[in-house]
Amino acid sequence: MDIGQYLELFIEESKEHLQNLNQNLLELEKNPEDMIILNEIFRVAHTLKGMAGTMGFSKMSTLTHDMENVLQEIRNGVIKLNSKIVDVLFQCLDALENYVNNIINTGNEGEQTYEDIIKILNVIFESKTLDVSNIPPIGEETEVSGVDNEHFVIDEYAQNVINKAIDKGMNAYKITVKLNQGCVLKAARAFIVFRTLEQKTDVIKSEPKVEDIEDEKFGSQFTVAVVSNEKKENLIAELKAISEVDEVIVHTLTSKEVSSQPQQNIPEKILPEKEENLQTEEEKDTPKAENQTTKPRTGKTVRVDIGRLDNLMNLVSELIIIKTRLEDIEVTDSNQDYGEAVEYLERITTNLHDAVMKVRMVPVEMVFNRFPRMIRDLAKELGKKITLNMYGSETEVDRTVIDEIGDPLIHILRNSADHGIETPEKRLSKNKPESGTINLKAYHDGNTVVIEIQDDGAGIDTEKVKQKAIEKGLVNKDIANSLSQKEIIDFLFKPSFSTADKVTDVSGRGVGLDVVKTKIEALGGVVEVETEQGKGSKFIIRLPLTLAIIQALMVILGKEKYAIPLSSIKEIINIKPEDIKLVQKKEVILLRNSVIPLIRLDKVLDVPKIEESENKQLTVVIVRKGDKFSGFVVDNLIGQQEIVIKSLGKHLSGIKNIAGATILGDGQVALILDVNSLAV
Amino acid sequence: MEIKTSNKIDITDSKQYVVFRLDTEEYALDIQRVIEIVTPTTITRVPKAPNYVKGVINLRGEIIPVIGLRERFNLPVIENTEDTRIIIFKVDEATIGGIVDSVAEVIQLSKQEIEKVSNFSNDLSLDFIYGVGKVNERIVTLLNIDRLVHHAKSEG
Repeated sequence: MDIGQYLELFIEESKEHLQNLNQNLLELEKNPEDMIILNEIFRVAHTLKGMAGTMGFSKMSTLTHDMENVLQEIRNGVIKLNSKIVDVLFQCLDALENYVNNIINTGNEGEQTYEDIIKILNVIFESKTLDVSNIPPIGEETEVSGVDNEHFVIDEYAQNVINKAIDKGMNAYKITVKLNQGCVLKAARAFIVFRTLEQKTDVIKSEPKVEDIEDEKFGSQFTVAVVSNEKKENLIAELKAISEVDEVIVHTLTSKEVSSQPQQNIPEKILPEKEENLQTEEEKDTPKAENQTTKPRTGKTVRVDIGRLDNLMNLVSELIIIKTRLEDIEVTDSNQDYGEAVEYLERITTNLHDAVMKVRMVPVEMVFNRFPRMIRDLAKELGKKITLNMYGSETEVDRTVIDEIGDPLIHILRNSADHGIETPEKRLSKNKPESGTINLKAYHDGNTVVIEIQDDGAGIDTEKVKQKAIEKGLVNKDIANSLSQKEIIDFLFKPSFSTADKVTDVSGRGVGLDVVKTKIEALGGVVEVETEQGKGSKFIIRLPLTLAIIQALMVILGKEKYAIPLSSIKEIINIKPEDIKLVQKKEVILLRNSVIPLIRLDKVLDVPKIEESENKQLTVVIVRKGDKFSGFVVDNLIGQQEIVIKSLGKHLSGIKNIAGATILGDGQVALILDVNSLAV
Repeated sequence: MEIKTSNKIDITDSKQYVVFRLDTEEYALDIQRVIEIVTPTTITRVPKAPNYVKGVINLRGEIIPVIGLRERFNLPVIENTEDTRIIIFKVDEATIGGIVDSVAEVIQLSKQEIEKVSNFSNDLSLDFIYGVGKVNERIVTLLNIDRLVHHAKSEG
């Protein structure tokens, strides 16, 4: 069998686990005493170790192993958690992330061994444990089997069977089989173990369940309870003969043990904690709770490759196109049945479209998740105190948008942390709380998703921005003084513009905001800034819910049809040729006292000329680009239509002025205009 | 090894090629790269694209760029005729159409029947050409379509 299929699973799961680890570490830093969080971290580290081991990623497994050692000691109360240890744990997390990234990119974990981290871990582990007797020398081996033993609850039914068997003179054993770390086909190996066992014994119970073992839902070991006539030694010998079985631990169960063991052991350790874990977490409503519950939910969700979803989406798009086509036919055909059928079809396609879109929706949490860690690190680096509050992380956005908004958001957050939030001393002197706050908010607003990043920092010094703009020659002094606050803030979005007095590692090199703006505009969104000096600033990002299907205005240029996204259209007006004025040889019109530059689309797009009588009315589509407006001169309007955006393909992707293409009801291709690159 | 069906005995050494005509010459494309051959449909012009990119077509819901091979080879441009076809082929992961004067047939060429083009010229315009095939006194030019399009990209 191919290891590749497991690799994908491994990557997906590792990512989830690392995310989980990240969240929990952050939580732990806040509540160092919280055993529930600690246990969760331990569990994740343990699972990761198991997974890495199975896949043969030995470096990763070594690192998690040492991590686990330290965690175990913390759990036992031997080592006291302090911020240094948390830092080390974070470093471990980074290292693990690197491993996983390497695996994603190259298929193997890479050469980096992170010996320094391992060394520190060992120092922590050894320096503390040496004082204490009673701690097993090799933490993991015994612990792990210990852990699993306590998982192993013998229920009443099993108890009875065991009791009866013992009465009959048979022996009852609890057998823990540990498979080799490098074992690839664990399920197959386990199957052989079971078959061997079944020849000699009756398996009463197994932990994890047999089905789970078949599905490979277990670490590197499993435990079974059996009754048998065989002697303990014989069983051990049989099982050890199976290749890739590392260790076989057999305990003889007596009827006494059977009846007394289960209840006593449970309330103390792992199992109850875990259960409790679930309960408290549900109550607490932290993101962690969700991660916890994903486990039992696995049966109800399916991982689907995004490519397949895209394919489904394409088919639905096709359906919408053909529906539009049918609607067009209806105009000439007055058959009522036909009309009804089309109407029904329309309802179905709309629902189908919604359903498919929903499948593609993912919570913004996916992006937000990494921010708490980032802000924590930033705060440490900058010597500031920053609290990040996140609201509405369950807000759902199309997958395509999610992939793109991460970087812009990071830029803005870094800006807020670096330029926005002041140092604790400064804050105290200004009667602000010592710790700065950044609020990250996501919510739906009509057909758009809004993401707000608000900080209670210094705000933007518009005077300073103005001075910089003059210095850089972006604007002359006289004009600068008459600019509104909004126009001044716009300078921030100009390429290589930074007001920071010194360039820090974090930001201030002036490569930030213009990139943010371009990126968000490329997604069909807008960025706005509100700021009040001394009080803080707020970045508001508006993004379309989806990028796949939009409302557009169809226009005619010459003999060609083009689509203009409706979201960027402000209004449509008719003008007479004499309304056009010239400013610096450029055509403009005056609309309600504002000057709007005109763009002759047919000229820009080299549309073949067709003879037309002059002096007639011109149709102008007023489009919005940020805060500014431009007028597109078009020959004619067709109307508003729902269009499916398709890419022009790799070979034409670099073409300017065209954002994509769509297929019209008649099967023809119409190009979608890129308003951002066309407008001035 | 890329051939699924073949009538000839020597399977391993020969490949099938789609032969098409441009102006007076015959060219050939590896059949493994050809997806299908369609009659010309409405082509939507793409502004600002290189001149030989005739535009895009809708092939069952997929938008596919179409290249005029006459324009690409600097041959005189003619109006479409009844025989004009668009050959849809694969380049990397993308799909591209090429307009040709007509499609003739599918031929089988063994390695011995193909002569590398570098054998007789150093001309740069022969970059798109992979070799020359000889069948029954006919000569067909084997095209290197990867070159054809990669070039297109760097120029565009």
